[in-house]
Amino acid sequence: MTVAPTASPITSGQTLAQKLLARAAGQAYVKPGDIITVEVDLAMAHDSSGPRRWKPQLEKLGAKPWDPSKIVIVSDHYVPAVDGESAAILQVTRAFVKDYQIGKFFDMQGICHTIMPENGLLRPGLFVAGGDSHTPHAGAFGCYAAGFGATDMIGIVVTGKTWTIVPQTIRIDIEGTFAAGTTAKDIMLLLCRDLGMDNAFKAIEYGGSGVAAMSMAERMVLCNMAAELGGETGLIAPDQTTLNHIVAHGGDIGQGPQHWQPDPDAVYEKRIRIDASNLSPYVAAPHSPANSAPVEAHSGVKIDQAYIGACVGAKIEDLRMAATILRGQKIANGTRLLVAPSSSKTTAQAAGEGTLSALLDAGAILLPSGCGACAGMGAGILADGEVCISTTNRNFKGRMGNEGSSVYLASPFTVAASALMGRITDPRPYMSDRQVAA
Amino acid sequence: MTTAPLSGRAFVFGDNIDTDLLAPGHLMKLPPAELASHCLEAIDPAFAKSVQTGDFVVAGHNFGLGSSREQAAVSLKLLGVGAVIAASFARIFYRNALNLGLPALFCEEANRIKVGDQLDVDPIAGTIINLTRSETLFCRPIPAHLMAIVRSGGLIAHLQTQKMEKLNS
Repeated sequence: MTVAPTASPITSGQTLAQKLLARAAGQAYVKPGDIITVEVDLAMAHDSSGPRRWKPQLEKLGAKPWDPSKIVIVSDHYVPAVDGESAAILQVTRAFVKDYQIGKFFDMQGICHTIMPENGLLRPGLFVAGGDSHTPHAGAFGCYAAGFGATDMIGIVVTGKTWTIVPQTIRIDIEGTFAAGTTAKDIMLLLCRDLGMDNAFKAIEYGGSGVAAMSMAERMVLCNMAAELGGETGLIAPDQTTLNHIVAHGGDIGQGPQHWQPDPDAVYEKRIRIDASNLSPYVAAPHSPANSAPVEAHSGVKIDQAYIGACVGAKIEDLRMAATILRGQKIANGTRLLVAPSSSKTTAQAAGEGTLSALLDAGAILLPSGCGACAGMGAGILADGEVCISTTNRNFKGRMGNEGSSVYLASPFTVAASALMGRITDPRPYMSDRQVAA
Repeated sequence: MTTAPLSGRAFVFGDNIDTDLLAPGHLMKLPPAELASHCLEAIDPAFAKSVQTGDFVVAGHNFGLGSSREQAAVSLKLLGVGAVIAASFARIFYRNALNLGLPALFCEEANRIKVGDQLDVDPIAGTIINLTRSETLFCRPIPAHLMAIVRSGGLIAHLQTQKMEKLNS
């Protein structure tokens, strides 16, 4: 693979994506359209995309991982095993990490995108390659994080390198204060509609006062769902909130994290400004995240199941949002509420602080941590004709395991309010003014 | 990748053909050939049975959006699909297809191809001759840096070639 020359004079500032890619490529400057070879700092894969696909090819190539210390393996898709096939996939994964001495292995402890920041593995400046489309989640930490298929990941695991085309950046400025009952998830469902899902080979950079005030959990939602926009990655420049989170989770903030800021004169393909104070809760109707509208458009649709799960929608902060609505209440008769916290630590934390009992007392059913029903793999699959409202990020036809079911996407607030009423429900009347996204 | 010209019939789909349609999540633990037999069944139950070696999948914008699951491209390849021709591709699917040796061709005028049209496709030259309609369509060339992978027959074969070169040098 060739590295395109970047001899052209530096005529403009750089976006965050350009700066991160220039570092990964060992160049002073890269510009959109350059085809570059980058060094990978962290290569992550899970039980579905990783060892079971890598092992036969590594053996065929007679190759070993280039640096086991830079590989992270997380078993989160087929957990816990429910049949012979899933048990065998998990067994192959365990044998692989043992054979190749991969220390960063997390077996049934949660979803890969939650596991990485929870264990302090991310820091600003890294190039993160993940064998999962929601890898941009890590961009909330000022990483350049992109998803790759299994064969691309095998190339990375063998050589430590991959290629990319430096993307144009779309800048999203979120300004103002979120009203009670509205969240980063509502912003992303709005953007899926307005920006569309066909932004392949673009980077999505988020900023503005609304992002500066956000928790890391909400920033992760913005970057996670850059995948739904079709982007190569989503990025947020690090600030004190980022560094505090990394330190609190035992991570290393690296050298000069303040360097990873877009230049004031960076050139963007387009800029979009969103006023958070005017935002409504959004709901995406079947069968696309882009099929979204303010909650009023779908209010009253009867639901069979409410699902709080996935990398994007089952962090401790998401569980707390649901608990603010459900504490002291009971969900509607004839509706089931399933909760699959995004990691075991999340479950333990929710149990310790009373969030979990608020949900269970309301009638929620606790599920294991993993990708679960979001990917049509674990407990919580739907029957023909059933309707589910879910905190997850995709509602493609058949996504939750049944082609004849209907999945609506929404925030944890909206999903909890809907579980309470048995119908799609605007959460705002069920909140006090002080209940905002964590 | 097959670099020789290809010939076959067109199976035509719309915009936003996602990876759950191509490789349903709840079937992902099945062996590859079995998973492939369910490819696109949610929107065209006859597809996997009727597509023959060398036929083409033709689609609109954002083909392959969604998951990174490579089985989306693997399934098409196992069914014998010669190339996917679309107005645009989702990024991960595009990389997956080329890495596996399944030509993925950006063709802005893909919507001129109709169900059952007989096509001759040259993935390297980027030309599609529609024999049914007597017209030629042009595709965006495969980027030069991917041509090395293409000419090797996919990424794994490319890595093998590189390794052999290293041993011989």
